[in-house]
Amino acid sequence: MIEVISESKCIACNQCVSVCPTNVFDRVADGIPVIARQSDCQTCFMCELYCPVDALYVAPESESVIGVTESELSEQGLMGGYREKVGWGKGRKPVASHEYMYQLSKRSGF
Amino acid sequence: MAIQEQAQHLKTDVLVIGGGPAGTWAAVTAAAKGARVVLADKGYCGSSGATAPSGTGVWYVKPDERLREEAKASRYDMGGRLAEHRWMNRVLDRTYANMNQLAGWGYPFPLDDEGNQHRRSLQGPEYMRLMRKVVRKAGVTILDHSPALELLADEHGVGGAAGVNTQTGIPWTVEAGAVVIATGGCAFLSKALGCNVLTGDGYLMAAEAGANLSGMEFSNAYAICPTFSSVTKTAYYSYASFYYEDGTIVEGAGSKRGRSVIARNLMEGRQVYAVLDQAPEHLKPLLRVGQTNFFLPFDRRGIDPFTDPFPITLRLEGTVRGTGGIRLADELCATDVPGLYAAGDAATRELICGGFTGGGSHNAAWAMSSGSFAGEGAAAYVKKLGAHDGSRNLERKSTQPIVEEGKGSVKPSRAAEWVQAVQDEVKPYDRNLFRTGEVMTQSLNRLNGLWNEQREQAIEHTVDGVKAREAAAMTATARWMYTSALARTESRGMHKRSDFAGMDDNQHYRLITGGLDQLWVRPEQVCKEVVVH
Repeated sequence: MIEVISESKCIACNQCVSVCPTNVFDRVADGIPVIARQSDCQTCFMCELYCPVDALYVAPESESVIGVTESELSEQGLMGGYREKVGWGKGRKPVASHEYMYQLSKRSGF
Repeated sequence: MAIQEQAQHLKTDVLVIGGGPAGTWAAVTAAAKGARVVLADKGYCGSSGATAPSGTGVWYVKPDERLREEAKASRYDMGGRLAEHRWMNRVLDRTYANMNQLAGWGYPFPLDDEGNQHRRSLQGPEYMRLMRKVVRKAGVTILDHSPALELLADEHGVGGAAGVNTQTGIPWTVEAGAVVIATGGCAFLSKALGCNVLTGDGYLMAAEAGANLSGMEFSNAYAICPTFSSVTKTAYYSYASFYYEDGTIVEGAGSKRGRSVIARNLMEGRQVYAVLDQAPEHLKPLLRVGQTNFFLPFDRRGIDPFTDPFPITLRLEGTVRGTGGIRLADELCATDVPGLYAAGDAATRELICGGFTGGGSHNAAWAMSSGSFAGEGAAAYVKKLGAHDGSRNLERKSTQPIVEEGKGSVKPSRAAEWVQAVQDEVKPYDRNLFRTGEVMTQSLNRLNGLWNEQREQAIEHTVDGVKAREAAAMTATARWMYTSALARTESRGMHKRSDFAGMDDNQHYRLITGGLDQLWVRPEQVCKEVVVH
């Protein structure tokens, strides 16, 4: 489930409010968005992927809140990790075009 | 804020409900035929649905006779021989064309050894972000966070839909010459990846307008999934071994044929663990790139799935990976109601898969092909409608009255109880995976009672109202599912009856079902040829 919106990183672009398929976030006038309906989160990671400044963290646990903090996540280098792997963001190459996609298909049929 | 300040009212040629692959292909194709198009998604077109967060193979087969015959034969028997060659041919042709079109639109396919694009799979985030861009470029009006709550229809047929924007609270109505239902399947809010927006809404709305459903007995797909996670990607489990807590092997367990062994252990309270220890060393880095999101939950919990056993469960994916859905009446994905079209998981996928579907490749092919067929069909229908278009006398078709904020009769806690009650009937393996007449009859009786309780309730134009309506759609879906499953007294495709273990040649037909208060079911012959429209 969505666990963290980083106050220090968030630029209040409200992209997460727009893209969340299950409408978990609420806009806040003159502020950063809030997690308003956490239990509606379906753990699809899309908000994290669309966040342009890596300010969000979705924990893999889909049924329960684990209460992880931003500083713990930063220490482990977990903020923004998914977006980097998908290859979204300035100067990155989308993983969709990665040569391993073809190699995998050739060698294993996936 | 009990006062409804305003309402949004639009008029268009084609309304597409749902903004996943099927809906976006329908919208783009209808627009290319000259239709004005509005697309309403209950979430956000681009991130919503089962495809966007996933990677998927695609049934992309070069137009070579031998390759095509092999492709068609590959799952034909598994599906209980309910697929039709003509439909498989059309979908293979259209998928081939659409994938090539995606390349033209700029999808970054990887390159093969000769430097040509290798167009065999799609990464969901990339694909659906591109589709949103293409839809917008085609001049389609997108309504995000705008679930449809009911269809509008008159004696000529379906002529629009009404719903609410869940972020602004503003109700919307779209009058349209034709409507395409591309709302996905129903995964019963099981939190399978990306699937919690897929609650069977389109089935219910279509049935309320008089449409029929097909193959609803093929609706009990369960995916292998780590117990702690939502990631229901099953392909890589072909490299898995399955163990008990004490490290002994679970005999007969497997990702394809051995899934029932896993289910029986879980039913007996014995936790099963998986580890991908059969993956060859040289493939590991490739697998990591191939499905980025598969590894995400493991990486975040410090688990190496190639070496560390992790607990698994089977998560219900219902008709999302199952093949049942709205019955199609012609090759352009018309339903049995004039002006109403269906595509993707919302429509029956039996025509190409029969009663079984494994990996996503057929599903992705079906979504993009049926989407573009439906877009063509809807656009052509609107042109034919011509003069009648201006003189519609549309009525709201919802069984449950849809009312303004503050006037509803459902407490949010009650809607949550309904959802739980439906899940109690559809999730347990001993009800829905291993089926018997006796147990399904009990479930169906309780679900009928649940429907009777819900059908009179007034649904508000609010976030909570949408949830209450979803609960009704789930109840209706479960009832069609068990009604069909009871009528099929054999095992075929994914439909497994413990009391009728074998396949019965006399039941080599599809089952059509429908109705709201009184449900019915009847067989329909599988045809070799379909009438060309």
